[in-house]
Amino acid sequence: MTTNAQSSEIKRTVRKLCLIVLAMAAFAWALVPLYDLFCEITGLNGKTGGPYTYDPATTSPDTSRLVKVNFITNTNQGMVWDFWSEKGGVRVHPGELKEVNFYVKNTTDRVMVGQAIPSLVPVSATQYFHKTECFCFNQQILQPGEEMAMPMRFIVGRELPKNVQSINLSYALFDITEAMGDAAVTGG
Amino acid sequence: MSEVIHAGQQDDHHDDHHDHGPDKGLARWLFTTNHKDIGTLYLWFSFAMFLVGGVMALIIRTELFQPGLQFVNPEFFNQMTTNHGLIMVFGAIMPAFVGLANWLVPMQVGAPDMALPRMNNLSFWILPFAFGIMISTLFMEGGGPNFGWTFYAPLSTTYAPDSVTFFIFAVHLMGASSIMGSINIIATILNMRAPGMTLMKMPLFIWTWLITAYLLIAVMPVLAGAVTMMLFDIHFGTSFFNAAGGGDPVMFQHIFWFFGHPEVYIMILPAFGVISHIIPAFARKTLFGYDSMVYAVASIAFLSFIVWAHHMFTVGMPLAGQLFFMYTTMLIAIPTGVKVFNWTATMWRGSMTFETPMLFAIAFVVLFTIGGFSGLMLAITPVDYQYHDTYFVVAHFHYVLVPGALFSIIAAVYFWFPKWTGRMYNETLGKLHFWLSFIGVNITFFPQHFSGLAGMPRRIPDYPLQFADFNMVSSVGAFIFGFSQLFFLYVIIHGIRSGTPAKARAWEGAKGLEWTLPSPAPYHSFTKPPKVTDEEVHA
Repeated sequence: MTTNAQSSEIKRTVRKLCLIVLAMAAFAWALVPLYDLFCEITGLNGKTGGPYTYDPATTSPDTSRLVKVNFITNTNQGMVWDFWSEKGGVRVHPGELKEVNFYVKNTTDRVMVGQAIPSLVPVSATQYFHKTECFCFNQQILQPGEEMAMPMRFIVGRELPKNVQSINLSYALFDITEAMGDAAVTGG
Repeated sequence: MSEVIHAGQQDDHHDDHHDHGPDKGLARWLFTTNHKDIGTLYLWFSFAMFLVGGVMALIIRTELFQPGLQFVNPEFFNQMTTNHGLIMVFGAIMPAFVGLANWLVPMQVGAPDMALPRMNNLSFWILPFAFGIMISTLFMEGGGPNFGWTFYAPLSTTYAPDSVTFFIFAVHLMGASSIMGSINIIATILNMRAPGMTLMKMPLFIWTWLITAYLLIAVMPVLAGAVTMMLFDIHFGTSFFNAAGGGDPVMFQHIFWFFGHPEVYIMILPAFGVISHIIPAFARKTLFGYDSMVYAVASIAFLSFIVWAHHMFTVGMPLAGQLFFMYTTMLIAIPTGVKVFNWTATMWRGSMTFETPMLFAIAFVVLFTIGGFSGLMLAITPVDYQYHDTYFVVAHFHYVLVPGALFSIIAAVYFWFPKWTGRMYNETLGKLHFWLSFIGVNITFFPQHFSGLAGMPRRIPDYPLQFADFNMVSSVGAFIFGFSQLFFLYVIIHGIRSGTPAKARAWEGAKGLEWTLPSPAPYHSFTKPPKVTDEEVHA
């Protein structure tokens, strides 16, 4: 049947192929951080970045143009809270700091934890949409019937591409009470 | 029968190897390490799965025969579409090609057996357990997988039935089986070819399987990763695909289709190989453009890794991404076109005869090309917004998978049947099977193009009245097609039992080392490496 020389050749091939399998398995898991990194650099999935430090000394509004920023609020995966924004949209100059209030109300009779996830279109504006303060940076723990006002401060970067005249910022509110566990609820 | 021919014509093979035929009874099949036995097991297993998946298809078509809900509830309907897809892809088409590879690779490269016979046994015997687990979920509380064969998160995580964990485990097993099978095939092809068979003298079935096996070991670990992430999300509180925890459901689609697109070529490249054997044999000419065929397969395999997002044009992608995936997808038409033209050129001015394998092969070329053209239509991003998730997509992939992959498998079974069994199937019955299948498949799937273009969504148990006629026609076709495959079973059993004895070279125009062996092929193929003559080389 197979000669000795042949069987050592086969072993070598098999070893190489197993390496490919391991490498591709590793690649599958590496796709997760790579995907996040790719989206962070390009803004392709519309996820806005973390807290932005605003230096009024170096930033001046570009009064030559106005950008419309629309706000969309919705609840996801069976979240029962009421969730709304004080305005449907605002007009801002790029480089200008603006504050808008969002509200949540726990309509149930139990303590719950909510988490808002932002998403923005057009994606070409994602990198230029900066938030100095946002309720999406942390979770909200609300007592039964409690209502809360949540300010969101943002600046549209001056480098925003000229063709972008309006930006839609959407927040999806999730119920993460279960994921946080009882400790978070009672502790909060 | 087998032993007589064996001893008579292949004396030299037995001189240095006084062995045993197969064991008797069940033990033969459980413990076999013989490539022919394992190939047979794979083929019968895939046929059984084909019937199971076919029953599910008929349940779907029965429900869709008329608008309204008549026979099954929507939850069960979803389980049927999901399991029909999973079973046909992973249980019928893929194992059938592995079965063909097991039978043919050692015979075509001039080797005694596969390189790793014991692993070969393992990679087959995992499969019945994998599918046993998957099918058992249908009887569990909450039902089986109901999220579509693509198991997009969060349908398959947050909203999945409890049985999803069994599904994940079954997919892991199938992946392990495919990876082992592929390693075995590559190791055999690279190390055990008869002296003189250089890479560019290999038969095309060998070439296509070599490339397919590389695709498999490249993407099966990615699929395993995807289902493992699902498992973590479901049971261990991670948020790979959960937006609430900072994950991204769209990432699931990217990972899935990074596996999924090469997967569709895994199901069609070996078919290209089969057709490249059958058409020259019955046109009595050598294959036109052997080298270009090899390069075409290699370039299709390469392109398959960079087109995946054409399945997700509507998730919201930047223009640059849509353009990139649209153009790369359209590029695939070039190597595929090369292949279709080469097959046509092979037939050109050949002395053609139309035995059953040739009929299936010609139907493959015509109908696969129709599936390819609807694929090109789907590749056009702006119109894909209309076609996405409609029956047009269903028509497209059934045209490439049923008269594509499946017809090539059936053609291969008829073509190599005499070599495997030593007998000839009944040509009249074979032709009848062909015409029933050909008519059935077109009645089933052609109207789905129209209902899709008219806006009928896929994966729905009920539909608006205007789609009623197309669906009724489609259901009638499905029953014709389904029952003609039972007839196929009859033709095969009839051939095995009472077929006339076949010659070593059962088809006068067939070339390749396997036809130098007697029919049926001896239990061990080439114990001494054969001489590779120009006669038997396709190039």
